[in-house]
Amino acid sequence: MQFFFEVLIGGLLAGVMYSLVALGFVLIYKASGVFNFAQGAMVFFAALTFVGLQEKTGLPFWIVLALTLAVMILLGVLTERIVLRPLVNQPQITLFMATIGLSFLLEGLSQLIWGSDVRRLDLGLQDEPIQVVMDRFGILISKFDLAAAAVAGVLVGVLAVFFNKTRIGRALRAVADDHQAALAVGIPLQQIWSIVWSVAGFVALVAGLLWGARNGVQFALTFVALKALPVLILGGFESILGAIVGGLIIGAAEKLAEVYLGPLVGGGIEGWFAYMLALLFLLVRPEGLFGEKRIDRV
Amino acid sequence: MFYREAGQFKTSYAADQQLFPIRQDRIAMLALLVLAVAVVPLIASNYVLTAILLPFLVFALAALGLNILTGYAGQLSLGTAAFMAVGAVAAYNFQLRIPGMPVLGSFVLGGLTAALVGIGFGLPSLRIKGFYLAVATLAAQFFIPWLLVKVSWFSNNSSSGVISAQPVVILGFAFDSPVRKYLLVLAIVALMALAAKNLVRSSIGRAWMAVRDMDVAAEVIGIRIMRTKLIAFAVSSFYCGVAGALYASVYLGSVEADGFNLDLSFRILFMVIIGGVGSILGSFLGAAFITLMPIALDRLLPWAAELLNLNLPAGVTSMVQLVVFGALIILFLIVEPHGLARLWQIGKEKLRLWPFPY
Repeated sequence: MQFFFEVLIGGLLAGVMYSLVALGFVLIYKASGVFNFAQGAMVFFAALTFVGLQEKTGLPFWIVLALTLAVMILLGVLTERIVLRPLVNQPQITLFMATIGLSFLLEGLSQLIWGSDVRRLDLGLQDEPIQVVMDRFGILISKFDLAAAAVAGVLVGVLAVFFNKTRIGRALRAVADDHQAALAVGIPLQQIWSIVWSVAGFVALVAGLLWGARNGVQFALTFVALKALPVLILGGFESILGAIVGGLIIGAAEKLAEVYLGPLVGGGIEGWFAYMLALLFLLVRPEGLFGEKRIDRV
Repeated sequence: MFYREAGQFKTSYAADQQLFPIRQDRIAMLALLVLAVAVVPLIASNYVLTAILLPFLVFALAALGLNILTGYAGQLSLGTAAFMAVGAVAAYNFQLRIPGMPVLGSFVLGGLTAALVGIGFGLPSLRIKGFYLAVATLAAQFFIPWLLVKVSWFSNNSSSGVISAQPVVILGFAFDSPVRKYLLVLAIVALMALAAKNLVRSSIGRAWMAVRDMDVAAEVIGIRIMRTKLIAFAVSSFYCGVAGALYASVYLGSVEADGFNLDLSFRILFMVIIGGVGSILGSFLGAAFITLMPIALDRLLPWAAELLNLNLPAGVTSMVQLVVFGALIILFLIVEPHGLARLWQIGKEKLRLWPFPY
């Protein structure tokens, strides 16, 4: 039983890390209806830029963080100007393809600038079990995972406040509800999109730092996006809460399946299990847990 | 002036239904076929045949399959490569396990197996729509290659999981040289393209397009959604399966299931988007573009580097290629979101009016 809980908690904490990436997808989809496949590449780009700047300049953590954030914001604004603006009013699939192109571009560009070596990223957090819990319950919980979960929690809180209480946040929600109505009441659509992409860049930076510190900053970071997609459809494309809950479900189920189901079928199931789970879930609820229910009218 | 498609002078149903109602088109198509069958094998080098024309034809077939599903029936799929893998492995096994199995028969059976699997993974499309469906098809993309690798029976217990395709011999005639392989693939692809062209203008094709444009409206006017969507998945997977079988046994000779990865699926999706969604011609144009672009970049980049006096290490070239590829795709979508097929259409319009466009 102890082992079960250990696996479960480990899975839940890993799920939070998935949620972090899924959050970036949700933000952009909510505000502009774009399914941003480049989110994984953005995570990679952010992490690599951070590490690269740290190596090159040797500045303290917070200054490098601010610089990287500036780069991500610049990237968001440029994406809006160069990629999205000319593609206004195109079908969603076209925009989706454009973001795949963007992900190639980012993957190539970041490695061109910073090189393609695997790098270590040190956030000052050790990936070691917490002693107190270890002694009391005999369950291994990594300090790092817990800290990552805390960061994700704070991030969601900040985003919730940003979306609900600030002027820009309300404008974002208005745009998400109805582009044309938002334009009609005088919300500058293009400015809003730049902001959304910048916020998504910020989320990508946080996710990149945490994932990079855990697995090393390397090309494999881009595959993190593939982990986030089942979370996304399970939780619903439009829901921040969905991304969190979906992440927890996927994370826990995946870890449990890996431990209990994996040996039965010969292992290696982590590549597809989350997708199959999400697929079965969708058969019951076609728009995910918290997605908007669409009513089709002729 | 140059392209005479004005006027409707049809007096019979047969004339109304012909594939190429304009004589110019008929002549051009015939010339193209003669060129492809008779002239190309004479002048093309082995490199051109094996590195450009063979992959172009095979990918065009796969793109055709995806275009039927995505372009005509409106169901976005990211699992194309998985269905190709099913076709490849099934064709291999049919040849291996059934003595005296004709090669073409195994291709067809491979395609049919892929169609069955396609129907299985198409079932969710009855409830799931749009990007939810696209992500759900990723389940096929990750699950099928895993299964094919895990169950070693599929690769005849080969330790590396690589299947080495049997030599292609039809009625005692061995298709072993590049020219022969090219002609075989050309014949199959041309026939299947013709079938696809006829299929999309039949009642099934019209039903697909109705479902694509609005499935609720289609249902209201009496189109059976379930049947229509599942047929689309089956036909599309059949095309992808045959393409996979050709990819494995004629083009590469030996493949492993892991080779049918997400990148391949994306590449085929790019072909469809860049060529033109919902266009048979577009599948070919897109396949040509995506096949030729990396080769062209390979040639051009060292040349450009020399021109600018840069010394590029090998790793950098592949990165630059990635960047240029991504940028070109974005540029392409911005300039012509409807793909190369639309450009061709615009060109025809222009030629019709030229030189008096008023």
